Amino acid sequence: MNLDFTPQEEAFRQEVRSFLKEQLPARLAGKVRTCKRLSKQDMEQWHAILHARGWLANSWPEEWGGTGWSLAQRYIFDVETAMACAPRIVPFGVMMLGPVLIKYGSEAQKQYFLPRILNGSDWWCQGYSEPGAGSDLASLKCAAIRDGDHYVVNGQKTWTTFGHFANMIFCLVRTKKEGKPQEGISFLLIDMNTPGIEVRPIILLDGKHEVNEVFFSDVRVPAGNLVGEENKGWTYAKYLLTHERTNIAGIGASMAAFEWLLHIARAQKKNGRPLAEDPYFAARLARLEIDLENMKTTNLRVLAAAGQGVAPVAESSMLKIRGTEIRQEITALTRRALGPYAQPFISEALDEGFKGAPVGPEYAAPVAVEYFNNRKLTIFGGSNEVQREIITKAILEL
Amino acid sequence: MDFNHSEYRQMLVDMLGRYLNQRYSMGVRHGIAQSDAGWSAEHWAALAELGVVGALFGEAVGGFGGAGFDIGAVFEQLGKALVVEPFLGTLMAGTALAQAGGHAELLNEMIAGQAVVVFAHEEPQSRYDLRDVETRVLETADGWALTGSKAVVPQIEAADWILVSAREAGGISLFLLGKMVAGVSIRGYPMIDGGRGGELILEGADAKRVGSPGEAYAIVEAAYAAGNVALVWEAVGIMDVLKAATLDYLRTRKQFGVPIGKFQALQHRMATMALEIEQARSAALNAAAALGAGRLERERKAAAAKFTIGKVGTLVAEEAIQMHGGIGMTWELPLSHYAKRLTMIGHQLGDEDHCLARFIALGLGPEGATA
Repeated sequence: MNLDFTPQEEAFRQEVRSFLKEQLPARLAGKVRTCKRLSKQDMEQWHAILHARGWLANSWPEEWGGTGWSLAQRYIFDVETAMACAPRIVPFGVMMLGPVLIKYGSEAQKQYFLPRILNGSDWWCQGYSEPGAGSDLASLKCAAIRDGDHYVVNGQKTWTTFGHFANMIFCLVRTKKEGKPQEGISFLLIDMNTPGIEVRPIILLDGKHEVNEVFFSDVRVPAGNLVGEENKGWTYAKYLLTHERTNIAGIGASMAAFEWLLHIARAQKKNGRPLAEDPYFAARLARLEIDLENMKTTNLRVLAAAGQGVAPVAESSMLKIRGTEIRQEITALTRRALGPYAQPFISEALDEGFKGAPVGPEYAAPVAVEYFNNRKLTIFGGSNEVQREIITKAILEL
Repeated sequence: MDFNHSEYRQMLVDMLGRYLNQRYSMGVRHGIAQSDAGWSAEHWAALAELGVVGALFGEAVGGFGGAGFDIGAVFEQLGKALVVEPFLGTLMAGTALAQAGGHAELLNEMIAGQAVVVFAHEEPQSRYDLRDVETRVLETADGWALTGSKAVVPQIEAADWILVSAREAGGISLFLLGKMVAGVSIRGYPMIDGGRGGELILEGADAKRVGSPGEAYAIVEAAYAAGNVALVWEAVGIMDVLKAATLDYLRTRKQFGVPIGKFQALQHRMATMALEIEQARSAALNAAAALGAGRLERERKAAAAKFTIGKVGTLVAEEAIQMHGGIGMTWELPLSHYAKRLTMIGHQLGDEDHCLARFIALGLGPEGATA
């Protein structure tokens, strides 16, 4: 038993820290720290910086331009970048599509698409959910019918994050209606500029445009854009869920957000004393901190098991559930910490270059927005209720 | 990082598990736990012979373990079998004696299973506050005499010696007490979760001094830290048993024509229970890893773990009974006895609220001065 990282891993941590010190632009870190909205250019800038260092695709093998890092290294990188307030890596191309292509894509697909993910030529979005297929994803209907060298796609995708930035979308499409729903799904890569695609914004509860609906009418997609075999798409999608989710708990993001919460709870006053010392609030903070500390070790245990070849099925779901619950609780306590000043909604204050006077404490403006926006965490990526089903299925074996 | 036991420790775990499996069945355990003595001198001697007591102590005092993970490994197995023998008192008294220095002979006897020593620190009014000691010391012609009360000491009737704390010289001191001396009376009673405990009443009882006058608080804290690591791992062992039993029941019990594990309401509760158990195991790992660290780190991790176990233990005990339905309420099913022990662990050495308050206090200032 030994809960410490190895000296080599600690040396790696120092390497990441000095990289961040030198290369993470203060402008970006400042925006992330104060929860300002990041532009597409901000995210692309950070990707380019990581790519220049060879650290963008940290879950890919070296032969495809990845880092070849161990799970422990990836964990350390995740924590250090989050604590330094670096923008998060946009996951769709690098984290989600890349590993699927590397495992199941054709040589031509790998040669063409992987470098374009790294150099930023393509911005990918994910076409999984549909209006009638949320938690029951396998019931998806968006149809792709083979017509010579093409598939013709008709249907609708929804909740497409950054669909309005993307030039490419990877989709789960129905290629067979008979049999089990899971066995008629294919994994298709589609150019967003193909005629017949329409992207419409969905405005979320914070008034902002982050997700979209994507409509497909007679969209012709080259058959060469099918990943792997027809009707095996569900397997490819599930591969991601079991093999690429060891950082799903978002420990780094939670650690950084918890630090920010402590900063605010110490600055806020109640009865002339720091709110962090108020017995009721202190108890809320302590419960959260203990849960987070336990979660760190749970995550490291899953990493260690995965490193020994144990596919973490139930464990990934546990990390997702508790990791997102913790992150939500952090945003909830941050909201509570503000008291009445959670209410004013100065949306412009979340944009770069806002020169107006803050209402209430300078850190107040994004807090309620972050809280409401992060309600999504327990819904997306398989709702936490679906994760509970996965856990029970795995351990109950009924 | 390495979450596996060393080869030596794994051997200890396997050996202890095998012994308990073969010789300490639930029937045997019930017989012992409900007996007049409330423990078995025979099993105690056999387990000491196997080196189980020695595993709790470092080489400096004649043991061959003593690290947080040694203690954890032993108590996890003890939890799985609901062992009632005086391991916790032995661990805490032995840790305190080792910290105080001297007492090599007594420690050797403890490790060999020839002497049982328990630790009587908490008092009827103290409610987990380790500094709240009212027992008084009077210097006599040939030593010291203690007057006061000690509360709910597990297996105190089994002890040959009792390590007792008392207030003195502006601090806390430790004394060793023979059970049969004048001025010592014990009111023994059975415990709800099996085995026995007792109240210790001291009326001018002759005692031998341990360590320096007024300086034992740090020793008490260290003994409690070790005790907390033991209890959280005992709880982890119990929770694994409850989880396995509940899973098995969900698979086999049929209602409405299907195994009840097919019902989503129960599936979600089971998933939450499984998740919480893993969080509790992580907390126990953190506490065991920190037992040899500096005071603040050790105490914070112990408080966090005991808080987590208090919270999760109650959930797991209650949910296991609920998901079993009526049969979970019966004496006959081992489950109910695991649930009782798990719940009562939450009442030992500091409950959930106490540990949370302590965790908070330890976080204020560099020394956790107010804790």
